[in-house]
Amino acid sequence: MTSIDKTTNVPAPRAASEGTPLLEVRDLHVEFHTRDGVAKAVNGVSYSVDAGETLAVLGESGSGKSVTAQAIMGILDMPPGKIPSGEILFQGQDLLKLPADEYRKIRGSKIAMIFQDALSSLNPVHTVGAQLGEMFRVHRGMSKKDSLAKAVELMDRVKIPAAKARVGDYPHQFSGGMRQRIMIAMAMALEPDLIIADEPTTALDVTVQAQVMDLLAELQREMNMGLILITHDLGVVADVADKIAVMYGGRIVETAPVHEIYKRPAHPYTRGLLDSIPRLDLKGQELYAIKGLPPNLLNIPSGCAFNPRCPKAQDVCRTDVPVLHRVTEQDGTELPGRGSACHFWKEQIHG
Amino acid sequence: MTDTQTAGAPSTGTAASGPAGGKKDEKQERIASLWSDAWRDLRSNPIFLIGAFLVFCMLVLSAVPGWFTSGTPFAANACTLQNSLKPPTGENWFGFDVQGCDIYTRTIWAARNSVIVGVVTTTLVLTVGGALGLLAGWLGGIMDSILSRITEIFFAIPLLLGGMLIMSGREGNAWTVSAVLATLGWPQIFRIMRSSVLQHKNNDYVVAARALGASTVRITLRHILPNAIAPVIVVGAISLGVYIGAEAALSYLGIGVQPPEISWGLMISDAKDRFLQAPHVLLFPAAALSITVLAFIMVGDAVRDALDPKLR
Amino acid sequence: MGRYLIRRLIQAIPVLLGATFLIYFLTFALGGDPVQALAGEKKADPLVAAMLREKYHLDDPFLVQYWNYLTGVLQGNLGETLNGRQVLDLITEAFPYTVNLAIVAFAIEALVGVTAGIMAALRRGKFLDQLVLLSTLLVISIPVFVTGFVLQLLLGVELKELGFDFFPVSFNESDGFKAYLLPGFILASTSLAYVTRLTRTSLMETMRADYVRTAVAKGLPRRRVVVNHALRNALIPIVTFLGADLGSLMGGAVITENIFNINGIGGLIAQAIRLDQGTVLVGVVTLLVLVYLLANLIVDLLYAVLDPRIRYA
Repeated sequence: MTSIDKTTNVPAPRAASEGTPLLEVRDLHVEFHTRDGVAKAVNGVSYSVDAGETLAVLGESGSGKSVTAQAIMGILDMPPGKIPSGEILFQGQDLLKLPADEYRKIRGSKIAMIFQDALSSLNPVHTVGAQLGEMFRVHRGMSKKDSLAKAVELMDRVKIPAAKARVGDYPHQFSGGMRQRIMIAMAMALEPDLIIADEPTTALDVTVQAQVMDLLAELQREMNMGLILITHDLGVVADVADKIAVMYGGRIVETAPVHEIYKRPAHPYTRGLLDSIPRLDLKGQELYAIKGLPPNLLNIPSGCAFNPRCPKAQDVCRTDVPVLHRVTEQDGTELPGRGSACHFWKEQIHG
Repeated sequence: MTDTQTAGAPSTGTAASGPAGGKKDEKQERIASLWSDAWRDLRSNPIFLIGAFLVFCMLVLSAVPGWFTSGTPFAANACTLQNSLKPPTGENWFGFDVQGCDIYTRTIWAARNSVIVGVVTTTLVLTVGGALGLLAGWLGGIMDSILSRITEIFFAIPLLLGGMLIMSGREGNAWTVSAVLATLGWPQIFRIMRSSVLQHKNNDYVVAARALGASTVRITLRHILPNAIAPVIVVGAISLGVYIGAEAALSYLGIGVQPPEISWGLMISDAKDRFLQAPHVLLFPAAALSITVLAFIMVGDAVRDALDPKLR
Repeated sequence: MGRYLIRRLIQAIPVLLGATFLIYFLTFALGGDPVQALAGEKKADPLVAAMLREKYHLDDPFLVQYWNYLTGVLQGNLGETLNGRQVLDLITEAFPYTVNLAIVAFAIEALVGVTAGIMAALRRGKFLDQLVLLSTLLVISIPVFVTGFVLQLLLGVELKELGFDFFPVSFNESDGFKAYLLPGFILASTSLAYVTRLTRTSLMETMRADYVRTAVAKGLPRRRVVVNHALRNALIPIVTFLGADLGSLMGGAVITENIFNINGIGGLIAQAIRLDQGTVLVGVVTLLVLVYLLANLIVDLLYAVLDPRIRYA
């Protein structure tokens, strides 16, 4: 397993910041033990987020982006899930070493999560008021009445019309966009330091997507929270993220400040993702698509996991796992925060 | 990120799915893999193996009881009153009942009536309930409403109670009991089949087949039935055991299989008054009955677990 | 909510009509000759037989007989037996015993079954779970009349000899609640096993639901996650089963009452079968169908209480 060691030795490049970051994930591994074998969902992921910063984690389904988030949140199903190695440092404290009860107290109050499908993620048999108020009742010991008042306040804050009248309604009585606002309200309830949003707009209509994203960004600015935005939609990312980590096959294949990645991707997979966005100015041309399927996590290809689909793959890609190289200008000038796990990153970015 | 070019749609979600061909291949592959996965599961599941072995034994036992016992319970000299209630010996493994009949022989021969009731009732129920359920689910509309209302009426009558109602004052044997139980039991399969069909009817591959102009009959038989049948088979296996139990209960109450025919229920009924004095007379037929019912339920349970991908 | 209730009530009417028709049809159109049965083994006196036939309209066409019966039932007249006893009286005498028995059985079934199911689901794959799975499988497989009989003797006779007189062998009203304990448990046994398994599966399923994951992510204590979020949803199918089962509990009482010599509805049915009293059978079964439909109505209401999605549909 020399390949993993190699990745460990290279610290994840990131934007310069003072002191310890809000959250730092170090060489995280997650696997699932199924009857068909061990699925390696996350294979040495490292990233960090600061207060007020937005990290977008990009990747296809099965790339490990959601699993990483669930590991941070401590809501992985274990078993079958297992975290064989890695550290999740939150405000300098390793969450994985925390006693279960203390970890629980951090969930919801210091780190909160927004899920993709608000309809199935909200309990159908409780009113939204009860579900919002539950945060205050459990973490703050408030009375039922006070917690309901807080729930109305929260619903106002996420701009749900007639909050007072609707606090006793059930999730299925709201529209998709309103339900996602309720999810956001629930996550914001205790003003956490970090929010993880797992594809928060994927299930919504395009028109509503922007509204919900704007709301999320606005609240984040107000409360100066760290935000991990998990998505497969490059369009969403450009507007709100500060930096991007692209994941593939359970690894980070490229990291970069948000705008640089659009201009000069340093990994063929990122290049492929960008090329497959439909563009108005190229109307009439055939749309680009990355060939093949995402890797089977039970049997990840040797070498670079992307090699079977990579248009530029060479022999070395099939044998050696590329580490996350620091990406520099042609003359060697440091590009802060940039990294690429491609043997041929130079050719990719400068070629 | 709409992707119009590649054949492999990126939205399959599972990382492990193979290359996708046309809709039909994909569907057949899915059914095949559902059953082959289930089979792989079952082969290593001790509950299934034991259950299947017991079921097999019962089937052989009822088909050729002569292989297992030299005597028959219907012979003129089968019972000797002198042997009444004698406990088991090396020669007569299960002892004798109150009439002095060999319990081993009777227990073996009684399997036939139970298996007849179980198999015949289940076959009838699957055919009638399955066919009507398929019809109601696929056709929908008025046909569905009428059939569904009718099943509601049947559902209001408990199986055992209805069985007693019809069987009272009637000459009972394995065939009439089967007919009665099937009359009362088909709505259960109807419901499962109907909801199963409804569930699969609107799946993409069926819609696709319909859009491609496949005929209704063809879609139903080739696309819906193979998918919808799994839960029906599971319930069928479990209720086979339940029907055997119901026959025994009716015979126990004296309105099922009638003497001189033999049935485990009858044997238990005959034995109960002298249970403390001669427990073996009751325990052997009771054990045979329980094991048979257990075997079918074990098989049904195991198949259900194997077919349920959520439990993996 | 009110409209929902009325809709369900109206829907129950055709089922009740259909069920009584079916029962009447199965008993009389297909049944044996009640007059001959009254006479027993010997040939019935043709004159007496003709008189009885005349009196009870036995020679009328089937549909006419059914119509007469139905109008009678609507006026509270369930008919009389061929030896002149009012079926309604017979039923009112017997009913309280069976109701008590069914209530005890239902309580045991609901309390023990749901508790055992929850414990098994929360310890999935562990020893307790396996034990629950195995024992419920056994209970389902062994016929009630065997378990009942063996338990009656073991607990009633043998235990009494050891000095524990908790479970009287045969039913005696003066024992009060104690008299119903063992029969109630036996009556409940099969359903108990089903409820346990259903609770286990249902809870295991809701524990995997997205909203339970949300509840965990909210930092709720495990107890609250299980009880307020998972169990609250898992209860919906369990309540449905329990309600529908009330009807089969009453039906199953025939065997339990037979074992313990309780003169309830079950005893009445057994007697009616022996004497081939079709009117009694039809009356009793009609009553039980009514109970079943009533129970279903209650289930529907509970369902609406438990699941707001239905309430507002």
